[in-house]
Amino acid sequence: MSGSPNLVALYTIVRREIARILRIWTQTLIPPAITVTLYFVIFGKLIGSRIGPIAGGFSYMQYIVPGLVMMNVITNSYGNISSSFFGAKFQRSVEEMLVSPMPNWVILLGYVLGAVARGLAVGLLALLIALFFTSLHVVHPLITFLSVLLGATIFSLAGFVNAMYAKKFDDVALVPTFVLTPLTYLGGVFYSISMLGEPWQTISRINPIVYMVNAFRYGVLGVSDVHVGASFVVMLVFVASLAAFALFLLKRGIGLRS
Amino acid sequence: MSTVPALVVDNLRKTYGNGVEALKGVSLTVEQGDFFALLGPNGAGKSTLIGILSSLVNSTSGDARIFGVSVNRQRNEAMKLIGLVPQEINFNQFEKPFDICVNEAGFYGIPRKIAAERAEKYLNELRLWDKARDQARMLSGGMKRRLMIARAMMNEPKLLILDEPTAGVDIEIRRSMWQFVSGINAAGTTVILTTHYLEEAEQLCRNIAIIDHGTIVENTSMKRLLAKLDVETFVLDVTHAPEQPPALPGVTVRRIDEHTLEAEMARSHDLNSLFAALSAQGVTVTSMRNKTNRLEELFVRLVENGRLGQERAA
Ligand SMILES: Nc1ncnc2c1ncn2[C@@H]1O[C@H](COP(=O)(O)OP(=O)(O)O)[C@@H](O)[C@H]1O
Ligand SMILES: [Mg+2]
Repeated sequence: MSGSPNLVALYTIVRREIARILRIWTQTLIPPAITVTLYFVIFGKLIGSRIGPIAGGFSYMQYIVPGLVMMNVITNSYGNISSSFFGAKFQRSVEEMLVSPMPNWVILLGYVLGAVARGLAVGLLALLIALFFTSLHVVHPLITFLSVLLGATIFSLAGFVNAMYAKKFDDVALVPTFVLTPLTYLGGVFYSISMLGEPWQTISRINPIVYMVNAFRYGVLGVSDVHVGASFVVMLVFVASLAAFALFLLKRGIGLRS
Repeated sequence: MSTVPALVVDNLRKTYGNGVEALKGVSLTVEQGDFFALLGPNGAGKSTLIGILSSLVNSTSGDARIFGVSVNRQRNEAMKLIGLVPQEINFNQFEKPFDICVNEAGFYGIPRKIAAERAEKYLNELRLWDKARDQARMLSGGMKRRLMIARAMMNEPKLLILDEPTAGVDIEIRRSMWQFVSGINAAGTTVILTTHYLEEAEQLCRNIAIIDHGTIVENTSMKRLLAKLDVETFVLDVTHAPEQPPALPGVTVRRIDEHTLEAEMARSHDLNSLFAALSAQGVTVTSMRNKTNRLEELFVRLVENGRLGQERAA
């Protein structure tokens, strides 16, 4: 690949990130496939069959597929970027990039694209596994794709910020456990937030994952707890502000340059 | 423009977050094509200075210009001109040397095809080509250092900066490294290095700055610096060393072993009287050389003086 130096640099980072994902595929691709299969078997098949139809006449299995796919996209994008970028800091190989002429936005975009690629790959894998358990017919393909893309981007950016602040491996391991997992489980993956009483329904609306899961569910099933336009606005605001924040941290060299 | 210096450091100061004042207003100039040594004891601020030049460390005040390009104001442009061999190993140990080099080139915007050719060239020249496809963590310490030199050459920099590249590397590999770097310098690349092996600096470098406690205590040519040293020690290889070495005014002769004598004298002192005295004893001198720790003595002296000066000023 030739062309502008920034494009070459971007391609270099993305290529290296994807090579990393494939090199350690037993850590990056297999575990999410196993977890999602277990979810489908236990929640979808065993428990779901006793629940009966949920919002819009879908089976519980069909209802949780979009949520589970999105959950995988989110956790894998986040996990990819935070471990890869923190790993580069830990081994100091990040300095290779920091002393190069490439601008900060190329570093950020390269890592985000790599993490989004992992998110999309795992999302696709989860969707394919879902097809063994239920039939799906995607109502709005474009909305489906865009919502996955934005969801993956948001959590890639968040994972990047986490890795910038992180000083030890615990710092990138604890956020998913204490922040990401609760937000995901309370984000309407397994239930419709309309099932909640007040004030929980309103409180749920400050959880960004609610918007991602519902935008995606709207794309796949055509039903959503929140207005799909509002979901996209919320997601775009998150992308813009997290990207701006990450670039600000890079410019200041937080956690990178002394 | 051959008149623009390769490096101008202009009153750089650095105070780290923990309050350590690592640089206290450092200024120096390195001309194009120079082979420049930056010497100083541990903690003097060498790596801090190099960190600022390579944008890994943010300066507190002051600026540096690489071939006239300001590190503060035109960072990206300035970085294109530099190749950095850092003090600490800083590549991904799970990647392969070939990929490390090609990716590094990629960060500089060098297309993959050219990058692959250069990687082969420099890994070959640094005798790493047969390790190019092994994981980097399998390399020996000396090989890792050489890999960092190969990596620094990927953008074919106009200014190559090496921060103690031979620390902990055995003598054989050190020599081959210097052969490579001397070749690069002869081909026109300006080289700046920091090292603890002072004789190395003496042999390789034309100009030198000595830094201590974040202050430049000396900045001159190697020749002039060595000329400052008024006492010289010669090592003499002799057929058989007398038990009682000759006693001469102004010369101290010591017997080291059966075939070696050492003679210490003022630089201005003549050698003829020494040879005459040895001849009179029936001693034949087969060869003679300067004792190589001259710079070390000088270095210690300068640093001591600098310290005393500071203490007096404080
Ligand atoms: N990241 C850092 N944070 C705080 N202090 C530092 C840092 N890096 C170096 N120092 C301090 O700055 C001084 C100069 O260090 P350094 O530039 O590494 O010296 P040298 O390379 O000459 O051994 C030392 O006192 C060192 O402890
Ligand atoms: Mg150092």
